[in-house]
Amino acid sequence: MKRILASRELLLLVAIALVLGIISSRFPAFITLSNLAAVFNDTSPLILLAIGQMIVILTKCIDLSVTANLALTGMVVSLINISAPGLPIVVTLVVATGFGACLGMFNGILVWKLDIPPIVVTLGTMTIFRGTIFLLTEGKWVNSHEMSDTFKAFPRTELLGLPVLSWFAIAAVILFTIVMTRTTLGRAFYAAGGNPHAATYAGINVGRTQFWAFTISGALAGLTGYLWVSRFAVAYVDVAGGFELTVVAACVIGGVSIMGGIGSVPGALLGALFLGIIANALPVVNISPFWQMAISGGAIIIAVVLNAQANRTKGRIILKRAEHAT
Amino acid sequence: MTTTTRSIPDRLRSPLERNLKSWESLLMLVAIGIFIANSFASPYFLNAWNLSDATFNFTEKAMIAFAMALLIISGEIDLSVAAIIALASTAMGAAVQAGVGTEGLVLIGLAVGLACGAVNGFLVTGLGLPSIVVTIGTMSLFRGISFIVLGDQVYKGYPADFAFFGQGYVWWVISFEFVLFAIIAVIYAVILHMTNFGRAVYAIGNNATGALFSGIRVGRVKFTLFLLTGLMSGVAAVCLTSRLGSTRPSIAFGWELEIVTMVVLGGVNILGGFGSIPGVVIAAFVMGLVTFGLGLLNVPGIVMSIVIGALLISVIALPRLWSMWRG
Repeated sequence: MKRILASRELLLLVAIALVLGIISSRFPAFITLSNLAAVFNDTSPLILLAIGQMIVILTKCIDLSVTANLALTGMVVSLINISAPGLPIVVTLVVATGFGACLGMFNGILVWKLDIPPIVVTLGTMTIFRGTIFLLTEGKWVNSHEMSDTFKAFPRTELLGLPVLSWFAIAAVILFTIVMTRTTLGRAFYAAGGNPHAATYAGINVGRTQFWAFTISGALAGLTGYLWVSRFAVAYVDVAGGFELTVVAACVIGGVSIMGGIGSVPGALLGALFLGIIANALPVVNISPFWQMAISGGAIIIAVVLNAQANRTKGRIILKRAEHAT
Repeated sequence: MTTTTRSIPDRLRSPLERNLKSWESLLMLVAIGIFIANSFASPYFLNAWNLSDATFNFTEKAMIAFAMALLIISGEIDLSVAAIIALASTAMGAAVQAGVGTEGLVLIGLAVGLACGAVNGFLVTGLGLPSIVVTIGTMSLFRGISFIVLGDQVYKGYPADFAFFGQGYVWWVISFEFVLFAIIAVIYAVILHMTNFGRAVYAIGNNATGALFSGIRVGRVKFTLFLLTGLMSGVAAVCLTSRLGSTRPSIAFGWELEIVTMVVLGGVNILGGFGSIPGVVIAAFVMGLVTFGLGLLNVPGIVMSIVIGALLISVIALPRLWSMWRG
């Protein structure tokens, strides 16, 4: 019980409730069910990306190429859509996820087989992916009228009162909660980041585990890529530019330790929601949206300070008695 | 994490062989290759004024890259440098509206840089937080303050003599920025390679605990490095603002990653403990020449970034592939 009370997830939940409470005291319309659903839907891409990023950070890596992957995959499926407008949406989803996964694997191979630091790899692939979009299109945009109607309508289609986009986020949260807590792969992610040497001795291939983390992150980024370009009905080079740091911020606020080994799917979800609610609330409470960046910056720093407090290892002091004796 | 086994050779390689096989000489070959390729590819390349213009591509970034190199060698990183430029530039812009003269503007720019560096340094060394997350946070915070102050507005009206820092020439085609870049390069080379402080930076990067037990004040050294990085960002802010003649909150957006790329390309180990200033200088020229040469051939900026990204990965991957292939 004490553990649950002290957990980061609960703290965040309280913080989110507090923010919602303050907003609703002046603008009750904000916490109506339909508006909260809209906020969740707006935050769904961030949730999908944050889950992937969390898994990567768990293994002591970082993926700065997620949004470049998102933009490239989004452009690829848009171009496919132009040349084959009749393609079933399932195929588009598979192509997007698969293509994103391949880009993630490319990162993973470089980290695993060549042992290049992940920050260097993804810094490089980030610019390469974005540049490739330019090579594909010569900088042209794919606009709304060029996309087929089914392609654009899919993320908006309502299912049980929620858009499909939201359902994807919910499905990812459930799926990866199970993967992280109930499978050996999930256990391996924690082990590889928590103590790589011990993990190696326990028979876990740390490099391969990191490879799978990048693959998952890439697959989620690819899927989000399709959902993103179809939702906004436009694809261009700078889609989601700079968003990768927001994704990392969502993880950090959600209690994911950048040192690896600590973090959870609910944490990443709440971190993303926290940023999403702030972003959606600012215009409502009449604060200039220009405040958003500084507020999320402040939130990151506070979150890191809190993380450090919580994670300060309270190891058992085995030599205490001996020290007292002398 | 793989455990690496290192064999110790019977005798050291000769100094000549060591120098020839070093990262810096490899990079130098790349730079010369790019230079020659460029001069064949475009008739406009070998022109003193064009080459002088090309230096503006990298001088401001390189000033920060030198301080960043020391920081990365010590095992930390600062991703907020571009945001510090934005904040310092905004402060200078606000001061102009209040009627502050050129000397005051420079002082304000440098002071804001130092203050931001002190904030980073305090959070990392004072509170013991990981620098990569802290500086992602302060990056949003610093640039966020710029956005709050400026929004979609722009500061203009810098005094005429303020333009010298970014647009002035010292002698013929040698710009003030280039001279400043050269002086700063020499200063950092001396600090890193010839002083106790530089030795301490390497020691901390290789083994922070060991350095602490050897009597090095690890926290103080790291704090100083964050201060220096902040100060250099302030210097770059003065030069960039002076060159552009205006301030928007999006100024220098995305520079932090280009600066880190420059440092890593210069042979500095991103994990700390290894690297040199001459390497960073050559890397700055390589990046500047690639950008400029491709620009002359009408290759758009984004394609140049592919080249830089591929260069970054391949310069690290190729030696490793080579050693894997040789067993």
